[in-house]
Amino acid sequence: MHKFANPARFTRVADRVLPWTSVTSAVCIAIGLYLALIISPPDYQQGETVRIMYVHVPSAWMALFAYTLIAIASASFLIWRHPLADIAAQSAAPLGAAFTAITLITGALWGQPMWGTWWVWDARLTSVLILLFLYIGYIALVNAFDNHEKGSKAGAILALVGFVNIPIIKFSVDWWNTLHQPASLTRLDSPAIDPSMLAPLLIMALGFKLFFISILIVRIKIKLIEKRIRARKLTNQSN
Amino acid sequence: MGGFIAIIRRDLLMVIRHGNDAWIVLMFFVVAVTLFPIGIGPDLIVMQKFAGSIIWISALLAAMLSLDRLFQVDFEDGSLDLLVLTSYPLEILVLGKCLVHWLTTGMPILIISPCLALILNLNSDVYTTLILSMLLGTPTISLMGAMGAALVLGSRRSGVLISLLILPLIIPVLIFSVTALERSADAETASSSLMLLGSLLLTSMVFCPWATAATLRYITD
Repeated sequence: MHKFANPARFTRVADRVLPWTSVTSAVCIAIGLYLALIISPPDYQQGETVRIMYVHVPSAWMALFAYTLIAIASASFLIWRHPLADIAAQSAAPLGAAFTAITLITGALWGQPMWGTWWVWDARLTSVLILLFLYIGYIALVNAFDNHEKGSKAGAILALVGFVNIPIIKFSVDWWNTLHQPASLTRLDSPAIDPSMLAPLLIMALGFKLFFISILIVRIKIKLIEKRIRARKLTNQSN
Repeated sequence: MGGFIAIIRRDLLMVIRHGNDAWIVLMFFVVAVTLFPIGIGPDLIVMQKFAGSIIWISALLAAMLSLDRLFQVDFEDGSLDLLVLTSYPLEILVLGKCLVHWLTTGMPILIISPCLALILNLNSDVYTTLILSMLLGTPTISLMGAMGAALVLGSRRSGVLISLLILPLIIPVLIFSVTALERSADAETASSSLMLLGSLLLTSMVFCPWATAATLRYITD
């Protein structure tokens, strides 16, 4: 990981990797959608609405993955002062927030026909909503400083604090909900999933992950270029 | 230990001499609490159900408003740099500042909340739990809030930003307090929720000053 901390080397590797990840991601999502929407059977209970799962579940996985990535990148920024780590964390944050929002929206769309309501204060829904708030707080904090360096440091610390807190929040929300109402809404029982549904789900998940990586690479490259432009402007002004 | 007492004395003196600030937060708390009956309607039975939650949510919001002053003044006049440079462990100094913040906001809120509970028609069995939960919960808010206050130093709109950062992190405190209240209203034992609140307090007593001190060092260097 230390090897790729050099922006120039990162750009070289990223340029070589990007075509592969983006094309594979497009192919995976295309095949996944074909399998999910046309080939895979409707659920015996949920009918056709189960197809929302093929977008909903991979988004939820990505929402958690992105926050983990931000926390790891923030830690390596604070510990080793990797010049790329904070850029990676900040680039991943809006992506993670978008996947979290997609999870919530597709969940609501799925909930309406299945549970008869757009939203329930179920433990899982609540903790995903809080995760969205954590993302929003992180993005707001990073952008609240005139001094970019300070924003990066404050954001990195907040990301780590949030990461430590996530298990506590998750536990407390679970506890809060089970006290209020019994778990009446059993969702997708994961071990009992049929292979005809599992295959498109995994292909979609792979496609989403590669999509995330591709966009992340593009965003990091943009930030690096912006940084270089800023530096050049400053030197021009001082001359 | 000398540094701990010195910073408590200094900060308390500053609060006493500008006495206004602490009052404003307390009055905000009172006004916020009275908004709920007006918003919900004057039904005493409905009020009894929500009294504890109303007090807790108002206390959280009031504490958020008071947090941005925690390091701001020291940051602006440069004494924060000196505090970071002293030979005393910064973590201890931060703990002292949190204690003063609690003494000047959490404790007045705690003292006045039984009176407000009275006008909200709180169930008389619940008073002890309310006071215990606030006794354990409000210091946690001060400690976690100090972390937020340190993070936003030097940013634009720091006051609103603290609430956005800290309120999601503080949800467990609210959950455990409200479940404690609910259980004692149902005449069950609330001790498990109160113990969890206590464990949150102890954890944040160890973790938050450390994270806050680290942030202050990053911000000032």
